[in-house]
Amino acid sequence: MTFYFPTQSLSAFPPRLSPAYKSTPKRSPSKPLILMKHTLSELTGPVYGQDAVQPGDDDLTRQHAGEPLGERIIVHGRVLDEDGRPVPNALVEVWQANACGRYIHVVDQHPAPIDPNFTGSGRCKTDANGHYKFVTVKPGAYPWGNHPNAWRPAHIHFSMFGHSFVSRLITQMYFPGDPLFPFDPIFNSVTDETARNRMISVFDLENTVPEWALAYRFDIVLRGRNQTPMES
Amino acid sequence: MTLGITPSQTVGPYFAYGLTPNGKYAWKDTFGNNLITSDAAGERIRIEGQVFDADGAPVTDSMLEIWQADAQGRYANPADPRPRNSTFQGFGRTGTDGDGRFVFDTIKPGSVPGPDDKPQAPHILVAVFARGMLRQSYTRIYFGDEPGNADDPILALVPADRRATLIAAKSVTNGHPVYTFDIRLQGDAETVFFEI
Repeated sequence: MTFYFPTQSLSAFPPRLSPAYKSTPKRSPSKPLILMKHTLSELTGPVYGQDAVQPGDDDLTRQHAGEPLGERIIVHGRVLDEDGRPVPNALVEVWQANACGRYIHVVDQHPAPIDPNFTGSGRCKTDANGHYKFVTVKPGAYPWGNHPNAWRPAHIHFSMFGHSFVSRLITQMYFPGDPLFPFDPIFNSVTDETARNRMISVFDLENTVPEWALAYRFDIVLRGRNQTPMES
Repeated sequence: MTLGITPSQTVGPYFAYGLTPNGKYAWKDTFGNNLITSDAAGERIRIEGQVFDADGAPVTDSMLEIWQADAQGRYANPADPRPRNSTFQGFGRTGTDGDGRFVFDTIKPGSVPGPDDKPQAPHILVAVFARGMLRQSYTRIYFGDEPGNADDPILALVPADRRATLIAAKSVTNGHPVYTFDIRLQGDAETVFFEI
């Protein structure tokens, strides 16, 4: 199958300069980007060896001697292309704060406890139907220095590869009904409401495991369409 | 059916323990900054540089990913049907250090096909991610000692006075070729980024 990657689809992305998010003004380009037709360099992208993902990499609650504190959850969904076709064997990498809203990263100085049983990193590959699944704990909200009393809504960072290097996507998955949404300049950097809502996971009662874990569903759509328009 | 794509969000300041642990965190790296495989033909090169913001301050929390062809100009991807002679994969990832510096050890890529069957000069695609970048920016590394740069169809799209930002200068350290490629996210000498 031959894919192409319409640049019009990028209208769903946030602008590079989004002044309410105060780190963007000095890190976004001020000169025009150069438009170009995609060449073989853009139409290809990395394919992974079988050893990229190890058994257990998809369970963030079992990486240490004990279980992490917090609300155990299942996060799952499908990785799709713009035609709605599953993207199989796609690498999905995640990282997140712990249940208290603390990242294990050395730079994070938020005075909330580190959980010795939680690193917060995971990875998996999608199956033949584009489906992925992680077991983790629900991350907490945390404060940051963007503006007075700034708090990030709870989120899980997602990193995905699709059919090509231009399908590469790093995003954040949010949780439904978060009261911090109206106040978060990163979430609201996506100015189109329909596109913004694609970053919010859906509570998924059907895939909840009784007496064990709640479930959230997060489907991800990457750039890439079939070269031949589909029959309707 | 056409689906809208999922929006990009910043990689944030805390990605290292997930994406570039590099021995500092209890997590195995998926990818690293050494792309060389023992069976890969071609010239072993190092690419090094620094990432700077609009003020010329080093960007110490950025992540770079590179994607390239092998020395024969062939990509390790099904969309490039030409057979390859090695296990070279052509993908690398690294974070910048406390001085905004990065290093990749790789194979110098060959010329690859371009638009209208014109060859492209050897180049490497780069995606730049960082706190304060809501989406990745793409640029290209070209090589200062390649005469093919003059005829490259993509470089020709770039205003002549900005092309130098895409061309890595060659030097030799301890007998090994080193190409220097700094990335300036904004400013007078801003690196050329592509809308792809």
